[in-house]
Parts: sequence; C-alpha cells; structure tokens
Amino acid sequence: MDFTEIMQYVISGLSQGSLYALVALGIVLVYRANRVLNFAHGDVTTAGAFVAFYLMGAGMSWWLAFLLAIAFGAVIAMLFYFGVLVPAQRREASHLGMVILTLGFGLVIQSLVLEFGTLEPQTFPFPLSDQKTFDVGGLIINQLSLGTLVFGIAGSVLFYLLVQKTPIGLAMRATSENLPAAQTLGIPTRRVLALSWGMAAGLGVLAGLFLAAVVFLDPNFMLEPFLKGFAAAILGGLNSLPGAIVGGLILGVAEALAGGLISVAFKNTLAFLIIIFVLLLKPEGLLGTEFVERV
Amino acid sequence: MDLIQSYAEELKLIRKPFTKVWVWGLVLAVFLLPLYTDQSLVYIATLVFMFTIGTMGQNLLIGFTGQISFGQAGFLAIGAFTFGHLVRMGVPWPLALVCAGLVAGVFGLLVGFPSLRLKGPYLAIATLGFGVAVYQIFANSPLLSGGRMGLTIEKLEPFWILSAEQTYFYLYFLIAGLFTLLAYNIVSSYMGRAFIAVRDNDIAAEVLGVSLTRYKLLSFAISSFYVGVQGGLLALVLGYLEPNMFTFLVTIDFLVAVIVGGLALVEGSILGAAFVVLAPQVLAEYRALVPMIYGLAIILVLIFEPLGLAGRWLKMRLYFRNWPFR
Repeated sequence: MDFTEIMQYVISGLSQGSLYALVALGIVLVYRANRVLNFAHGDVTTAGAFVAFYLMGAGMSWWLAFLLAIAFGAVIAMLFYFGVLVPAQRREASHLGMVILTLGFGLVIQSLVLEFGTLEPQTFPFPLSDQKTFDVGGLIINQLSLGTLVFGIAGSVLFYLLVQKTPIGLAMRATSENLPAAQTLGIPTRRVLALSWGMAAGLGVLAGLFLAAVVFLDPNFMLEPFLKGFAAAILGGLNSLPGAIVGGLILGVAEALAGGLISVAFKNTLAFLIIIFVLLLKPEGLLGTEFVERV
Repeated sequence: MDLIQSYAEELKLIRKPFTKVWVWGLVLAVFLLPLYTDQSLVYIATLVFMFTIGTMGQNLLIGFTGQISFGQAGFLAIGAFTFGHLVRMGVPWPLALVCAGLVAGVFGLLVGFPSLRLKGPYLAIATLGFGVAVYQIFANSPLLSGGRMGLTIEKLEPFWILSAEQTYFYLYFLIAGLFTLLAYNIVSSYMGRAFIAVRDNDIAAEVLGVSLTRYKLLSFAISSFYVGVQGGLLALVLGYLEPNMFTFLVTIDFLVAVIVGGLALVEGSILGAAFVVLAPQVLAEYRALVPMIYGLAIILVLIFEPLGLAGRWLKMRLYFRNWPFR
C-alpha cells in the first residue's frame, strides 16, 4: 500500500465525509434547539431531492431547482415545528414523545415520496460529473467529489460563521443555552427555533442533492447517509456544531480507509460500531461538552 | 376507580365478576375463531399473536421502564437466526424457541450496559447503532444468514385434527397468552413497580432502595427475551429467513405498535400489535399509504390521547361504569 493510494482514499473519504458533516450539522442544530433527535431529517431530505428532480425534469435550470428544493425542505420542517411540535409542547409531551413525533412526521413524508416519487432508481441530473477527472500530483480527483468537498466545507463553514458571528446566530445560541432567559430578554424564541428547524432541513437537502448525484435517486436513498450523519454527530458531540463537521470528516475518511484497506463489507458497519464505542467510552463525543449523567 | 382492601386483591388480575365474564367470553371467542372465519383471517390472527409478544416486550422497556430503544430489529434478528440455526442442527423447536429468547436476552443485557450511563437521545442512538450493526453483520455474512437463498426452516406438521393454519393459530394463541399473563404478573410484582419507579424518577427510586443497575438491565433483558421469542416464532411461521426482514423499518413497526396501543398498558400491546398487523393488510392495494397511516396515527395519539387505544378503552369503561355520573 503506497502513499498515493492511501491519499486517494483520504480524498474520497473527505468528499463523502463533508456530506455526512452537512447531514450531521442539521441533526446537531435541531438537537441544540429542542433537545430532540430529528428522525424526519432523512425523509425531508429525500423529499427535497425529489422536488429538485421533478423541477429539473420540468425544464427548470438546475440552480433555481436546487434553491427551490432547499426552500421546500426548510418550509416543511418549519411547518412541522409550528403545526405539530409546538402543540405537543403545549400539552407537555415527554422527551420520548417528541422524538417519536419526528419519526411519525418522517413516516408521513416517506409515504408521500412513495406515492408521488418514482420507485425505480433514477439517475439524478447534476451539473457536475464524476466522469471528468483532474490529476493533481498523481492523485485522481473527479469533478463531482471535488465539488462535493468544496460545497460541503464551504456550506459548513458559512453556516458556522452564521451561528457564531451574526445577531441571528447569537439569538440561536442564547435560545439553545437557556430558553426562559432568552425569552425574558425579548428574543422571539419560537421564531428562532423554527428558523433552526428550517436551516437544518435546508442543509440536509443540500447534502441530499449531492448524495443523489453520487448514488441513484430512489425513495430510500437517504436512510443510510442519514444514519451515518447520526454517527458523525455522536462522534463529534451531539451539541457541538464544529464537532459535527469534524465528526463527519473523520467518519468519511475512516470509512474510505476501512473500505479500501480491510473490506468493503466492513465499510458500512464501521459507522455503527463507532457509535457504540464512542457512547461507551466518551458519550459526550470529541468536542461536545454536554453533561452526561453517570449512575 | 376500585376500592382495594388487601394486597392479595391488588395482585389479582381480574377483580370484578362481570369483568371475568367478558374477559373469558373474549378469550373463548378468539379460541373459536377458526370455526367461523376463513383461513386468511386465521393466519392474520396468528401474526397478531406473534407480534403481541414482541410489542409487549418493547412496552415493558419503553412504557414501563422509560428507556428508549431503537434496536428491536437487532434482537428480532438474533432471536430468529438463533432459532433457525438451532432447528437446522436438529434441536427440537420448543427448546430452540427458548434458546432464541435467551440469546436475545443476553444481547439485551449487553446493550443494556450503556443504558446505565446514557439517557434519552444518547441511548436512542446507541440502540439504533446496535440494531443497524446487527442487520449489517447478518447481511454481510453468508455463514450467519444462510447466503443468497436465505435460511430455510422446516415448518410445523399439522397437529391432530387441525389444519396447518389452525395448528399455528392455537400454538401461537397459547404462547401469546402465556407471555401476556407473564407480562401482567411482572407489572404487578415488585419488579414492575421498580421499573415504573425507574421511569418516573430514577434518583428517587435509587434512594428508596431500587437498584438502578439491576432493574435497567433486567428490563432490557426481559424485553429482548420477548422480542427474541417473537423472532423464533417468525422463523417458524414463515419457514425461511433473510437479513432484509430485519431492517430499521421493523423497529419502527414495534414503536408504532407500542405508541398506538398505549404506553405502559399491557392490553395496549395487544391492540397495538393488531393495528400494526392489520393496517398493511387493509391497505394492501395502497402500499404507499401505510407509512402515512402509521405516522399520522402516532402524531395524533401522542398529541390527543397519550395512552393510545388502550387509554381510550379504559376511559370508555370508566364512563359506562360511572354512568349516569361523570
């Protein structure tokens, strides 16, 4: 195994990992907002990818279709927040209850995708192609994975700056830190939380568009990446945004190396083994700080 | 609701003579089901009995002990494949069924260990990871899963004067009945109350002398024993196994059954299992609608009737018992 080959795996792992990072960011964002694991994340993403697919099929240019798909994902996530989660919170739904509500929402969307989407896997028309390749000092990089890497990292960094450096981000952080205090200070917490849900879904759809270009588009194509986004979020720390990015990249590279060096069958199991080991050894994750009760 | 005068009375499952009449009437009506319905309905009822067992186990864990688990598909797979391999090795099926439950129970114990340290979402993800990892291991290992053709298992011979469907029906009815009685007894014993105490306030429970370690692990082990037995029964009724029968969707089925039936109500598990088995049968022509029905059902139940179908049933009984007062 020479150095170039390993670097090749690392590059493809980084490109895949940046998508996991985007998925994980959405999960972490919602977790920070409501302390809820969003099991509908993958399904919203799938719905968004299908919207983009049909809009492009109807002759719309790709960038407009992508923007509309991202907006669509954001809008249905916000509708779920206002339509289901807020009434449930008024009735003092338990924690488990809210997680299961997101699962129910995911099932509803999944059903709609099955009803209106195509069941046969479709190739997703994408402006970048994985057939065109660049040769960088002996490393072969295709256009799609380069684009994925650039978009994934740029998206993550821009989002991180949004949360850390803008007034909206400040409001989001305050709301997730201490809800009653944020309310007392006049932050419209409900709108801020809805915005978190919307942005999380938007990031998810962005990742989904790239993933649809890599694999084929079918109603279940997001299940696996979504579960790996979970793994990445756990690895980095469930309440840490930089953790989600780092976790996603590490998971992507580890998967690519495991797939290349050990066996392809091991590649898919790795993420779930990582979840179990991280939770057993360091439940707060690499960069998370949340207090975990020890009995 | 009732005036209970002694501890022995508290432990009784049926307290009123009239309740005894309709409960036994219901059991008799189900027992005679094959006489007045056709084969397909008998088969569906068999599936409901089977699913009741796993749902009850899941309910003991989620409803009574309050520990989230998304790994049920993994326990089901472990139970089913243990049963399948043992039967193929020549072990008689009742013994294999017990082993299926025990092996799943041991794995439940192993998965239960993180539950001592993890709470809420972390536990959910740890169990989810377990469930998916088990599926991946079975899917990637031809030795365990029986290769491309799957694992075929010999079905039961028709017993005495019964047809094959009826044999399964009565057998599963018996087993489900035993497990239901067991669940009722667990719930009304010290163990069940310890589970509820752990759910409601674990620190207070610990202070009162309930060992958290012991009862959380016990809850995981019992729950996965139930699910493992269901796995064995699934293998026996289908006659073949393949890893694709144990994806994350199965876990969702269990969750839907527990929530829709009623959290922390044993009779809820029966209603929930019936819902999950019947909904796809009724909507056979509109497959795409099944997740929609599941999703809407859990959303509506959680917002409007947190105790599910069984909760509605209890309220109805209370209404008629107190009529005309309210």
